[in-house]
This record gives sequence, structure tokens and C-alpha cells, in this order.
Amino acid sequence: MPRPAEPPESGALEALYQEQILAHYRRPHNKGSLDEPDASATAANPLCGEAIAVTVRRDGERISEVAFAGQTCAISQASASMMTDLARGKTLPEIVALTGRLAELLRGDRAAAADPALGDLRALGGVARIPARIPCAVLPWRALTDALLQEVTDVA
Amino acid sequence: MSRRTDFPLLVRNPGMHYLDSAATAQKPRVVLDALRTFYETAYANPHRGSYALSMRATDAYHAARERIARFAGAVDSTGVIFTRGTTEAINLLATAWGRAAVGPGDEIVVTRLEHHSNFVPWQQLALAQGAAFRIAELTPDGDIDLDRLRRIVTPRTKVVAVAHVSNVLGAEIPLQEITAIARAVGARIVVDGAQGAPHIPVAFDERGIDAYAFSGHKLGGPMGIGVLVARREFLESMPPYQMGGGQIEFVNDDRTTWAPLPNKFEAGTPNVGDAVGLAAAVEYLDGIGMAEVARHARDLSAIAVRELRLVEGVRVFGPPITARCGVVSFTLDGVHPHDLATILDQDGVAIRAGHHCAQPLMRALQVPATARASFAIHNDASDVTALVAGVRKAQAIFGGVGTPAHAAAR
Repeated sequence: MPRPAEPPESGALEALYQEQILAHYRRPHNKGSLDEPDASATAANPLCGEAIAVTVRRDGERISEVAFAGQTCAISQASASMMTDLARGKTLPEIVALTGRLAELLRGDRAAAADPALGDLRALGGVARIPARIPCAVLPWRALTDALLQEVTDVA
Repeated sequence: MSRRTDFPLLVRNPGMHYLDSAATAQKPRVVLDALRTFYETAYANPHRGSYALSMRATDAYHAARERIARFAGAVDSTGVIFTRGTTEAINLLATAWGRAAVGPGDEIVVTRLEHHSNFVPWQQLALAQGAAFRIAELTPDGDIDLDRLRRIVTPRTKVVAVAHVSNVLGAEIPLQEITAIARAVGARIVVDGAQGAPHIPVAFDERGIDAYAFSGHKLGGPMGIGVLVARREFLESMPPYQMGGGQIEFVNDDRTTWAPLPNKFEAGTPNVGDAVGLAAAVEYLDGIGMAEVARHARDLSAIAVRELRLVEGVRVFGPPITARCGVVSFTLDGVHPHDLATILDQDGVAIRAGHHCAQPLMRALQVPATARASFAIHNDASDVTALVAGVRKAQAIFGGVGTPAHAAAR
């Protein structure tokens, strides 16, 4: 007989909405749009159609500044806010590697959860217990990667 | 008396508070039984086999069509076309009728509160045919502004396409007035009944409309079956939507003639099993009585609106309580609807969060997303209690958050 659907284990909410997440949600870092960005892109969450727009300035191959815009949930706001801090000084390959590491963390990988390279992002580890929210956490990183992969988007 | 025991999934999940019937309705046992009985006793390809089992399948399919026609208030069951759902029914009209009947300079009218499935097909038809696409706006109260509608419906208007009930606001639209406005200029009137049919009698023959589309799964029937009810004259005026087996009369090397209605619009092997399941679903609803089904959902949504409004920071969208068809859309200050839905889910409360496939309306409401609770015949007051408790819990988790700061980056 198939097992009935079970609600996620208790404590999942506490793991998801850690103080660090809520702090970034309350006071997001680098929210808005950069003037005259070197790159920009928007990523939409297929579940809800909501979007995060990212603007980037570069110094050669390295990111000098990132900002994000969009009214989304606490998980994607916190992920985006942390991303704008972590991305500074990194190159595209480094961002791709970090995004991959974040995906491992969100799937519940223990090594990723202990990886100092993820910095504050480790607070997103609780998402692994509520997999429906993984796309929210990844959303800003998709936008950043897209922006870096594109040439400068002219804003008419 | 709780009807929860009629729904096996809810019996299996005693802690579940299913408040997403506007997205899809849970299935009463009689529907699941009807599916199994059909597949175990009458399953074969209908129309084609010259053997008794195929005849049983054919009979089951005809009986399902007749039963659903009765539910829809359509005397002529040849105008009842089975589709995959509301979306396919509207696409059928926008494609088969629209490409033949709408040309450059013509006008197509929809409203601000349409679901994307009754918006995008018409928008794209207008773009393809060089027609004008006009949107009837809402009053500040969220009703369709009939005065503005009268101004945009002209003798060049070919079709007025409206939702019977908004899937976001739960409001029943004034279909009679809108039909009169469309009729006065000779425009077709097409109704998206995806949210209407579960709450209001379709009463097709009484309404003077050209077409009414609805989905089986929102009525408690299976996913993958829906219905287009349309006037015979309307259906006969347009070419087929899809072509192939079952919908032809004679196929010559250089031309083909079409089967009579309803087969003309049902190419391919029909979805007999799901039609039988849908017939069982409407039998279940008619057994309770649509008036009682509607009253039950309206009463629960009224209680929910009253209780939610007691929570500080809750904003409820939509019409006055009495005009609400079992849908409550709301937001909670400082908590995004997705976070709210996750928190509610931990306590077994299933709601929808997002734009509800109605982005044009969300822009008018000036919110990116709402939380939506919707009620059906199996819900009771305990579901409302769980909903409101979950909303307060979310508020506590996000305590003191307020609206997040929108600090500009330098």
C-alpha cells in the first residue's frame, strides 16, 4: 500500500528561516540597480514567474560590484543579498563553481554544508529539507551566471 | 455532516487541510470507482471495434457525454465537445474559429482578470490576424467596468472572451450584462468557466452565449478531460481544430469531408475513461446539488475572510463576502506568499502562492504575488482554523520584519 504523504519533519521551519536568512531579508545588501552596468540579466522562477534582475560591474575578468532587484520570497532575497557580497572579486569560472557548490548544499550534501567557500550561504542549508524551495535559492545565481555569459545588455 | 470521508486522499491524510481546490479538486471515491469499473468491464476502442466490448465502450462514452450535457444545461449534446481541459477548449476556438473569422481591423475583447489561458490565445490570435486586442479594465473594487466595456465593444468586435469567475479574486462576473453588450454588436461571447462550473450552474441554454469551456479536474473529475459546450451553429461555422481518425467522413485523395458534430472536433482515439470519470464527478455534485456546493464554499470563504481580517497586516483581495465563489486571495505584510505557503505546508495546510497565471490582473492589483486559499465541499471550519493559525505562525517567525527595506545599491 502506498504511504500517505507526510509533512516535512519537525524543525524544518527553524532550519529554513534561520536568523541569518531573515536578517538578509530584512536588510538586503546591494538591492537596486547599478548605473551603466557591464552586464545584466533577469532570471524568472518557473514555479511563480517572479524574477530577480542582476546588474554587474567588472574590473577586467573580475566582478567589482553586483546589485539585484525584484520583490521575491525570503529565500531568494537572502540568497541574492549574500551573493552580492560573495561575488565581489570573483571570475565567471569561480561563480560557476560556487553555484555548483550551492546546488550541492541545497541537495543536502554534508561536505558542502561544511565548506567555508560558501560563507554565509551555508545558512541556506535548511532548504534541503524543503526541496520545493530550491529554485528560489538558486534564482539569483542563475541571473548572475546569465549576466556574465552575455555581453553587456544595452538598456534603451 | 462532513463530506471529507467521500475523498480517499483526505481520509488517508487526516492532518491535511486541502485549500487548493481552485487549482485542482480532490477526487471523490465515486470517480475513482467509476474509472476502475470502466477499465475493468468496458474498456476497448470505441466506435471502431465490431465486437461487443467495443460497443460497451462506445455506450459508456455516449452516456458520459449525455450526463455532462445535462450537468451543463445543454439540451443538444452534439454541442458538447470533449477536450483536454479549458485551455484546449479555448485554443480550439481561438485557432479554428479565430483564424477563419477574425481579420485585419477586427477587434477582440477580453478583461483584466482573465487567466492566461483565456488571454494569451486571443492576444496571439489578434497579433497573427492583424486585429486589435482590447482589455476591459476593472473598477477600483475589482469588478469589470461595464461602462468602459461598452466603449471598447464596437461593431468591429468579433468576440468578447470572459472568465465566469476570477481565479484570483473569486468574483462572479456580470455575465448577463456582458452577454447583452456583446450581442448588441453581433460579437461572439466565449466564457472561460474553469472556476465558474465548480460553483455556479453552467445553464448553457439559458445564457445566450456562444461557448462555455470548463475543466474536469476542477470538478473532481480526472485530469486530462475538459469540455467545450457551444452552439451548434457556432461549431458548424468553423473548420476542425485537429484532423485525423474519428473526425472525418470521407477521405479522398484530394479532399476530405468532416464527420458530424461532435466527432468533427474529436480527432484521435477519445479519452473515454476520463469522460466516464467526469460524468461520475458531475453526478456526485448534482447529487449534493450545485446550490449547496456553492453555498458551502461561499460560507467557508466568508468565515476565512472574517478571521483573516482580524490578523494585523493581512490584506484580502476581491469582492464582498456574498459574491465570493470559494476563493480568498490575500497577502501578509512582510511575509512573501511563498514563504507563507511553506510555513502553512508544515502544518498540512495546502494553499497556492504566486501570480495564479493572471499576470495582467496582478499588475492592476500592484502585487507580485498573493496567497490563495480555496474551498470545496470537503472542507469545514477546522480548515479555516488551521489556515488562520498558520498565518499567525508565519507572522511570528518573521516577527518584526515589516516590509523589507528597498535600499538602493549606491
